[in-house]
Amino acid sequence: MKPENAKLEPTKPVAHDARGIAKVALGVVFAAFLLGFAMVPIYRIACEHVLGIRMSGEAADAAQVALMTEDKSRTIAVEFVANVNSKLPWTFKPENARIEIHPGALTEVWFDASNLSDAAIVGNAVPSVAPAEASPFFNKTECFCFTEQTLDAGESRRMPVRFVVDPQLPKETKTLTLSYTFYANELATKQLSVVPVPVAGVAKN
Amino acid sequence: MAHAAVHDAHNDTHDHKPQGFLNRWLFTTNHKDIGTLYLVFALVMFFTGGSMAMVIRAELFEPGMQLVQPEFFNQMTTIHALVMIFGAVMPAFVGLGNWMIPLQIGAPDMALPRMNNWSFWILPFAFVLLLSTLFMNGGGPQGGWTLYPPLALQGGNSIAFVIFAIHMMGISSIMGAINIIATILNMRAPGMDLLKMPIFTWSWLITAFLLIAVMPVLAGAVTMLLTDKYFGTSFFNAAGGGDPVMFQHIFWFFGHPEVYIMILPAFGIVSEIIPTFSRKPLFGYQAMIYAVASIAFLSFIVWAHHMFSVGMPLGGELYFMYATMLIAIPTGVKVFNWVTTMWEGSLTFETPMLFAIAFVILFTIGGFSGLMLAIVPADFQYHDTYFVVAHFHYVLVTGAVFAIMASVYYWLPKWSGNMYSERWGKIHFWMSVISVNVLFFPQHFLGLAGMPRRIPDYNVAFADFNMISSIGGFWFGLSQLLFVGVIVHAVYFSKNRATSQVWEGAKGLEWTVPSPAPHHTFTVPPVIDDSMLAHGDVTH
Amino acid sequence: MRRMLTAAAQIVFGLLASTAASANPVPWQLNMTRGASQTSREVHDIHMIVLWICVAIGVVVFGFMFVAMFRFRKSKGAVAATWSHSTKLEAIWTIIPIIILIASAWPATTLLLRMGDTSDSEMTIKVTGYQWKWRYEYVDYFGKEPGINFVSSLESQSNRTRQLGSGMDPNAIKVDGYSTYLIDVDKPLVLPVGVKVRFVITADDVIHSWWVPALGWKQDAIPGIINSTWTRIDEPGLYRGQCAELCGRGHGFMPIVVKALPKAEFEQWMAAQVPAPKAEATATTLAPTTAPQG
Repeated sequence: MKPENAKLEPTKPVAHDARGIAKVALGVVFAAFLLGFAMVPIYRIACEHVLGIRMSGEAADAAQVALMTEDKSRTIAVEFVANVNSKLPWTFKPENARIEIHPGALTEVWFDASNLSDAAIVGNAVPSVAPAEASPFFNKTECFCFTEQTLDAGESRRMPVRFVVDPQLPKETKTLTLSYTFYANELATKQLSVVPVPVAGVAKN
Repeated sequence: MAHAAVHDAHNDTHDHKPQGFLNRWLFTTNHKDIGTLYLVFALVMFFTGGSMAMVIRAELFEPGMQLVQPEFFNQMTTIHALVMIFGAVMPAFVGLGNWMIPLQIGAPDMALPRMNNWSFWILPFAFVLLLSTLFMNGGGPQGGWTLYPPLALQGGNSIAFVIFAIHMMGISSIMGAINIIATILNMRAPGMDLLKMPIFTWSWLITAFLLIAVMPVLAGAVTMLLTDKYFGTSFFNAAGGGDPVMFQHIFWFFGHPEVYIMILPAFGIVSEIIPTFSRKPLFGYQAMIYAVASIAFLSFIVWAHHMFSVGMPLGGELYFMYATMLIAIPTGVKVFNWVTTMWEGSLTFETPMLFAIAFVILFTIGGFSGLMLAIVPADFQYHDTYFVVAHFHYVLVTGAVFAIMASVYYWLPKWSGNMYSERWGKIHFWMSVISVNVLFFPQHFLGLAGMPRRIPDYNVAFADFNMISSIGGFWFGLSQLLFVGVIVHAVYFSKNRATSQVWEGAKGLEWTVPSPAPHHTFTVPPVIDDSMLAHGDVTH
Repeated sequence: MRRMLTAAAQIVFGLLASTAASANPVPWQLNMTRGASQTSREVHDIHMIVLWICVAIGVVVFGFMFVAMFRFRKSKGAVAATWSHSTKLEAIWTIIPIIILIASAWPATTLLLRMGDTSDSEMTIKVTGYQWKWRYEYVDYFGKEPGINFVSSLESQSNRTRQLGSGMDPNAIKVDGYSTYLIDVDKPLVLPVGVKVRFVITADDVIHSWWVPALGWKQDAIPGIINSTWTRIDEPGLYRGQCAELCGRGHGFMPIVVKALPKAEFEQWMAAQVPAPKAEATATTLAPTTAPQG
């Protein structure tokens, strides 16, 4: 619109559909609120597919793992770090703190956990791999972290982790750290007293 | 609308204020009265948050714990931030927008006047709720204004009140933003094209879009905190398979646009004031608008630069570093354009201009430290130190707060009809500008020397600069009493009547209405004459 | 006036020069430490590069501004021009910053890549943040498992002095003449010089951040997540730091001390640490349920 028009038509009515604009804006607000929650799955997807960080503690695809061939020309060190949250009266440690493996080889390591308290407790192990960029190459085929673990009063248990490190692991990565942190699962522990016979290995979630 | 219809026949200069205090203020739908309410509320909150800052600076005056327990210190830092951000700076800008946007675009009122009333009156309740947590068992929130879990969830039930208060503040600012968008898109006088709008109105339009896009995200984030604490969800709880870092991502997705919400209207204010006192049109009007728009866009894609030390993958860190550095370009354009506006002008240095010039210099210093913080390897040292504290106080105090003070001096004659005392205004300015640098500049050194932020006590190596900083803090705090004095004097006691023009170089529709601006203005749309517009040649 | 300015400049530059040498905070320190590793020196250098770039831009921009403020005063009879646009100028000050930014992003990128490269480490230390202390576990030293594991927290004299109204003097706490109030611990983390040490960092309760300025970085310690980073210390010495992420009421009171020893001395120290028997070693992975601090 040319500036002169304004002078010629000073009586041009002011539009009055403010409510329409407000409705659109409210739609934006609602969408943004949902976006806040949608960020939870978006974050996981972004981490796993864009940044290459494995977030889930789920078992690797067995078929894929079977296709990996051992790369004897390379040796990498895998360190195991075991943490117990201070609210959980357990001990937990790897039987070997450090092993050297070839990528592509299926490896089994064992962890020992003991319940020091005089009551049965359910715990969940949360895994984490450092460096984070290496986590998608770390494939666990069996892990105690897939399920809840119930230890009776004073009980000790040996727990296995079976894993294959993808031979595609970037060349510059020579040391991996696999960390587990055991947390008390208070909800499941409370249910122990309700449900008569708790079975270890109830699927997580 | 309703007002326009009723008052069309009347002369503009006749006031038709509702009678009675409650009718006038509690039930008001008048944009000027609501603007005044917002501004007075912001001033009260500025002193509330400021008194907490005084507690912080008093405890940090020398090494050793002298005054408060660490728990209370943490409550002070947390609530100081929440009060200053959501109670002082944002309501002040909404108040300025309420007062000035209809006047600048020739509208009789805001588009949704009843919602306008509601959006203001939620605020006092939100802040009573927030501040009441200080008197609860276990005290207020201690986890910092960023509310990072798991720490924020460790305390007592005050977090629930804080979250509810944040929801109310969010609803208030969302309604305020919707109102501003509807007003600007709908209520402009004929001939007030978008690219003829005053730059303050423009920057508020962009800010309002930021607000409606990110305040709901904050609402979502704090709602998840609430359900994590009370309803057994595990969004951010590592024990239940959640991720505490995810909260930081969601929070800063809100938080970074939020910091621009607090500075873009300030850019607009300064872009109004510098041309007025340079008696020369704003240099590069359109470039200024595009700069604000690109800063707003960039604000959505740089959030993780607040969390370089959480252990992001390298690719993420590099991306957020580059994206953050990009912000320097439009910000630089704005600073260069302000300087060029002054070049070959005819400058006078009334108080608003002094504050605007101080804004340009000191905000730029805050921008420089921002650029330094963007450099990831260096940020590994700067992060969470007093260097960061110095940085964001430079951009928020000498940035946003100085712009608000500049605008108050600039428009107060229009609001009150009286000139403020130029002598006391200048005294206030010089006291503020010197003390604020004594307060915040040494904090750069403290941070570089290794003092973490949010600590109630420190090693004696940090003693000297902390004492200087505290002295500057008390001085700055006391200086603000002058501000109140100047305002009270101007509104109630000044005998120096303002003309409708007020400032010799002022241009724009707001200067065509009498001073004080009558209760109802532009009930008949004004005729826009391009020569009245502050930025002169509108083709650039 | 001019003499005052040069005197002030001398003081400032003198301080910049003198304090840069110290790895730990000293009174009136103005600048970042150069630290005790190659990384920390490079971090310091890039900090200085960007600082001087900012100073240079500031001098130019503020210079123009002050010239404008003095030359174009109305009181001096300045008449306002009417121009308000120049495509050429605007193009110039869009392009020049881009070039400057690329110039400073380049060294930052290469340094960041080096800092992120934890490969070929010879030693692994696990750091766990608790409210309000640190646990250090020596996970690996040249392929061996040292089995050393201890908690490090604020030393007791600082802890007594920092109580509200203790009436004790923070200046009185000194080690070899250096004031160590709030930055000294009961058991420091002992590390060898010249060895690439990899840190794996996590936390038990809330987020902490492990920061020793002389090493050139900080790394958040996050519950459930393990972060890794590294250092190679050049010079033997005591390097002090603090928790850098708000972690509750004891946040200001969980310092970090790294004691860097020559490799031979470090190995002696390591041998002198009675390797904890297996049972005890596992028990220590439990945090004490009561916090001695705060």
